[in-house]
Amino acid sequence: MVFLLQKTLIYAAPLLIVALGGMFSERSGVINLALEGEMIFGAFCGAILARFFAMQGILMNNLQLMFLIVMLFSALCGALFGLLLSFSAINLKADQTIGGTALNMLAAALVNAFALSLFNSEKIQMPANFGGYVMLNSDLPVILQVFGDKAYLSTYVIVIVFIALSIWIYKTKTGMRMRSCGEHPQAAASVGINVFKMRYLGTMISGALAGLGGYAYIATVANGTAEASVGGMGFLALAIMIFGNWKPLGIALGAILFGFLKCIGPVSSSLEFLKNLGLPMYFYNIIPYVVVLIVLALTAKKSGCPKAEGIPYDKGMR
Amino acid sequence: MKENFFSKLRRKAGFKSVASSILCIVAGLLIGLVVMIILSFVNERTSIGDAFYGLSILLGGPFSSGSAAYIVTNLGDMIFYATPLIMTGVSVAIAYKTGLFNIGAAGQFLMGMTGSLLVALNINTTGNPGLGVLVWILAVLVGAVCGMLWGMIPGFFRAVFNVNEVIVCIMTNWIAANIVSWVFGLMPHLINSGSGKSGYLITTAVTGNGTPTLGLNQLFKGSYIDAGIIVAIILAVGIHVMLTKTTFGYELRACGANRYGAKYAGMSEKRNIILSMAIAGGLAAIGGALYYLNPGIEFKFDSAYQKLPDYGFNGIPAALLGSNNPIAVIFVALFIRYLNTGGGNLTSAGFNKYIADVIIALIIYFAGFSKLFKDIMSRRKARAAVQTATSNTTMAEKAKVTESAGPDAPPKEEKQAPVSEKPGKEGDE
Repeated sequence: MVFLLQKTLIYAAPLLIVALGGMFSERSGVINLALEGEMIFGAFCGAILARFFAMQGILMNNLQLMFLIVMLFSALCGALFGLLLSFSAINLKADQTIGGTALNMLAAALVNAFALSLFNSEKIQMPANFGGYVMLNSDLPVILQVFGDKAYLSTYVIVIVFIALSIWIYKTKTGMRMRSCGEHPQAAASVGINVFKMRYLGTMISGALAGLGGYAYIATVANGTAEASVGGMGFLALAIMIFGNWKPLGIALGAILFGFLKCIGPVSSSLEFLKNLGLPMYFYNIIPYVVVLIVLALTAKKSGCPKAEGIPYDKGMR
Repeated sequence: MKENFFSKLRRKAGFKSVASSILCIVAGLLIGLVVMIILSFVNERTSIGDAFYGLSILLGGPFSSGSAAYIVTNLGDMIFYATPLIMTGVSVAIAYKTGLFNIGAAGQFLMGMTGSLLVALNINTTGNPGLGVLVWILAVLVGAVCGMLWGMIPGFFRAVFNVNEVIVCIMTNWIAANIVSWVFGLMPHLINSGSGKSGYLITTAVTGNGTPTLGLNQLFKGSYIDAGIIVAIILAVGIHVMLTKTTFGYELRACGANRYGAKYAGMSEKRNIILSMAIAGGLAAIGGALYYLNPGIEFKFDSAYQKLPDYGFNGIPAALLGSNNPIAVIFVALFIRYLNTGGGNLTSAGFNKYIADVIIALIIYFAGFSKLFKDIMSRRKARAAVQTATSNTTMAEKAKVTESAGPDAPPKEEKQAPVSEKPGKEGDE
């Protein structure tokens, strides 16, 4: 049971932060289908930096600090990659669905091209002693074990960032302005808000969170292997955002639920009671996607989707 | 009478589409060159000159393969690999004409492959070519039906529950990928247990009902080419005729142009959305069937659930660059494979095949701007129209343009609508 909860947390953390990233972009009025690509790109950049640190022997005696720096770098790279979406969607008023799809393909192709060129392999493995950032406290009581044993630093960082940004978007002036741009940009502009600036901010935060989530994914779920795929986690995060009705609390619930559903497949072979059911791993893999479909079918009619989402801002439009 | 050939040409909507596609391709190639230059700096084995050499290899496509025999083989392979791309491209295009973004071609491709291989690999017709062809036809049809049913799921969700088809397509993609691994995992008699093989299925070479080659393999010696390309071209032309010449095709396009307008005119927009996705699914599925029914193509089933096939996604650039015109998709698909074949030869310049993928992704990124390109061209035309305002033809043309803009779709619909031909008239709604 503890094992399953620990695994749930590991899977839920990247989903949580990437779904929040999606929310930031969509609340400012830009559909972000490129979450998957931003995750891939951010994670790859982080992995390169981590390898560089390991090769140069920098910060090897303080792995936790190094992990933090690498996460920050991943977020930065994710944000930079997100700028491509901002530029096409905001300045050039391009179709946001196409732009996002193109960026997903671009991220995968770029990562493959650079990985093969730099490391002679499509997958890059981070050094083995990277286990240093895992906290091992097996002597804790059962309940605390879930959070304190075999837990990754990234999970805590993600939870803190999640709470801070959720409060920020609801309680601060800038956050409120950003949300107004997703609902009615013309009205926002009429009271002097710079819609372009707000949307840029939204998509960049979105990219940064996706990059951070991407690195958390490869460092935890993928055991330190960076490649041109994050196994559809970005798209699942997008679905969680819709499931959570574009609100942080709903997203948190969704991330935990889907983190749990998503981890069942990979761990099904190591859990006795699941093995006894005799169902193949593929069955458990399908469950989260089917649940998404059912939930979407049930909730689509009363969605809290930002009104101006996906529509390029046009000053003259009423 | 200032009309010259070019200004006449510039008026044609088709010319604008082609011109903006070419702009996208050139921009994609240029940025691709920049990526290669960056790569040549980070990798000590290559120099900046190699980047330009690499671009020339890419542009050479199959013709940069060295000896004449290789060129012929690669040319045949290029045509063979373009076959599934044409099918997924037309699949994305027909959905786009109905105002839907079919990003689920990958899943439909997989379902089509599964259906057709289940038929073709379970019936052994070795030594009986006539029966083999019949089984082949049956296999393609079963694949198509599987894909149609699979494509109907996003269509159904969109029409009945009003769920964005993009998210449903992505979910069905991953479900399909898991189903494929699951289904073939249950059939040990279809697994190739040859030496050094793990996780591969047997091919139609074993069961004798592969795609007929019609002598094309004699023309392109050593390549995989088969009759699939002919099927693909016939289907693409057929879809084009259906879209432009039949009532049903008109209804589909009307739904894409304005869903509410179509409903107001008495068309069943829900039925059309479901049917359009079913046809799109069937087409992508035939792509999967034609690809894997080739005797030379092996399918690795045990890792299929981890990664979606590229063919599903590369249909998107094929459709976008071809302005969602099925005939144009044929040429664009051949062009994409041309670049990919060139990419495969890039190792001689010290780069790798993924550069071609980077360029293709960039081309789609720029294709998103095609509305902007067209707007710029229209604006220039509008200015020209003001200058020759006395000319009757220009006035008539102007009226035609305003007409073709049609009623604007409501905001919610806007994001699904294909890149429309709206002339650049910002802010007069």
